[in-house]
Amino acid sequence: MHPRRGPTGRPRRTRALVALTLLASALAACGGDEDASRPTLNWYNFPDDSGALQQAADRCSRASGGRYRISYNKLPRAADGQRQQMVRRLAAEDDSLDILGLDVTWAAEFAEARWIREWTGEAKRRATEGTLRVPLQTATWKGKLYAVPYNTNIQLLWYRKDLVPTPPKTWSEMLDMSRDLARRGEPHYVEIQGAQYEGLTVWFNSLLNSAGGTILNPSATEPSLGPPAVRAASIMRDLANSPAADPSLANQMEDQNRLAMESGVAAFEVNYPFVYPSMRSNNPKLFKDFRWAPYPRVDAGRPARPTIGGIDLAVSAYSRHPGLAFDAALCLRNRENQLTAALEGGLPPTLRALYDEPAFKKEYPFSEEVLTSLESASVRPLTPAYQNVSITVSHTLSPPSEIDPESAVDTIREQIDQALRSEGVIP
Amino acid sequence: MSTMAGPAKGRKAPSAGARQERRLGWLLCAPAVLVMTAVTAYPIGYAVYLSLQRYDLRFPARAEFVGLSNYGSVLSSPFWWDAFWVTLFLTVVSVAIELVLGMGLALVMHRTLFARGTVRTAVLVPYGIVTVVAAFSWQYAWTPELGYLADLLPSGDAPLTEQWPALWLIILAEVWKTTPFMALLLLAGLALVPEETLKAAMVDGATPWQRFTKVMLPLMKPAILVALLFRTLDAFRIFDNIYVLTSGAHGTGSLSILGYDNLFTALNLGIGSAISVLIFICVGIIAFTFVKLFGAAAPGAEVKR
Repeated sequence: MHPRRGPTGRPRRTRALVALTLLASALAACGGDEDASRPTLNWYNFPDDSGALQQAADRCSRASGGRYRISYNKLPRAADGQRQQMVRRLAAEDDSLDILGLDVTWAAEFAEARWIREWTGEAKRRATEGTLRVPLQTATWKGKLYAVPYNTNIQLLWYRKDLVPTPPKTWSEMLDMSRDLARRGEPHYVEIQGAQYEGLTVWFNSLLNSAGGTILNPSATEPSLGPPAVRAASIMRDLANSPAADPSLANQMEDQNRLAMESGVAAFEVNYPFVYPSMRSNNPKLFKDFRWAPYPRVDAGRPARPTIGGIDLAVSAYSRHPGLAFDAALCLRNRENQLTAALEGGLPPTLRALYDEPAFKKEYPFSEEVLTSLESASVRPLTPAYQNVSITVSHTLSPPSEIDPESAVDTIREQIDQALRSEGVIP
Repeated sequence: MSTMAGPAKGRKAPSAGARQERRLGWLLCAPAVLVMTAVTAYPIGYAVYLSLQRYDLRFPARAEFVGLSNYGSVLSSPFWWDAFWVTLFLTVVSVAIELVLGMGLALVMHRTLFARGTVRTAVLVPYGIVTVVAAFSWQYAWTPELGYLADLLPSGDAPLTEQWPALWLIILAEVWKTTPFMALLLLAGLALVPEETLKAAMVDGATPWQRFTKVMLPLMKPAILVALLFRTLDAFRIFDNIYVLTSGAHGTGSLSILGYDNLFTALNLGIGSAISVLIFICVGIIAFTFVKLFGAAAPGAEVKR
């Protein structure tokens, strides 16, 4: 939406232009400018049904003291659709986008394409202060900060205490336990995301990082992979060919996993915390034995490094009120609004201090495990070509039961190499 | 250009009047030529230009001329060939089914004695529905727990999530949607068959099947070719039904879906343009083959009187 135009047209417009210039250079000076009619900042983010995001927008509009009004615009539900809408508009230099809710895997791409602004000075200080380290990594590209972490997310291992008295520490322990349960005729599946989509890439990335490797080298110029990648692919294949595999593993995403666990056929589930309130309302009987543990390790002696998800807020390079947008983005992710998002929307916060908040701990009995996991967590490869990397990985490793670890890793290396040279074709 | 006409062709050099007429002709169609250039030649030319560049929205600083290497990447990619065979399969099967059904419908429409208007309208309904809207209703119908058609399957079956069932459902949606178009074109062809010829064949003792194959089909050949050509070119560029039904997952992606994904998901304008140019070339080859194979009867061939 554009700021309202004055009835007299030109003189008013000139003054508005002057005001805009002032805004860009010295934000504070504009605070009391009676003529700069309260601009609307358009915030584009995933569609939230809990109302937490709308509340945050309203709260910040009020708190701005008339400097701006935030309008929350819902993007499509699917991540691909969200990205496509923003990319199309940014490529056309659309100036009606101000604050963008980016998936944690998009910052590098948007930054390299110069669609989002770098965070510097005071805004950067406020964005990083008290913010968890790993989420900040997702918003950083080539050593510069391009977004501020809004929420984060991480998987835990969920299990049934009636079947598994002590949770497994490693993947191989978990597979052994599942085999035992199968022998005794008990529910024994490990529910995990095996369908050909982003979730499969996340699984591979978590295993690979837990095994001490990464998909790309630190400067994101070429694939790293190596023996840890072969190890990760072998674990996926082994699980898919063991009794632990759900028969529909190759078609399962987070929600199918949740439903299978709630129906009682599984003993373990690797999933995000949204499964907890869902189990409470859908199967109170199983809920009594529903427990959580950290993400399984690859080696007993090395902590697991599960992959984080979440949203980072960035300021569009074409925004006409960048100064206000930085301010507004910081407000949207402040302590109060993150707490609302966590309590009402179930989104784990990125501010370290909130993990000590009693209200949050009550709603999130597993907050301690989430925090520990977040501290050792890994991020998905930071590269502008992430879409190609992800599609390559999920395509090559699907279905998990037919993975040939060595050749799969070779294929992945070759295709990532091509993608980084803009030569890769994606299916 | 020389205005001298070869004596072999037996043409005379155009007179002054004819030349003037020609000039007027060009002047009159100049605006149309300009518009056509702006809306088709320019985008095609630009796509060809982009296809020769490393032009990736994600690496704007590294745009450069790379010659034919994008074409090399595409043609050596298994994804291109997977999509190519899927597209070819969808095209051949759906056009074949449409031709048979369309011919049947055309005969029915041609011979209907009562409520002819109603019958024709009823047949055309699917063609009048927006493809995307129809595709969404198919999609819902085949989704377990939402759709009435999925309920007819053994529970737990999600046909749109497996390659072969999904491909057949895409064909079903295509056939349902475009058979009326085929029927309409064939109906126009049927009108070309003179009633007397059929009656004469009947008097000579031809069976209905003989009348159909020996009299009607040869006379309808031009109409059948037009119908086949239109539908083949359309079917080869199939996008909307697949986009809505499976979005190209589970090995159901056509070439157009591949191009779309590389342009809009990968943001790789170079590779994406190379794919579009290759699709354009494929379509050109199909059209050319039709014209060559079926000679004078094909649309676009010179009409000799």
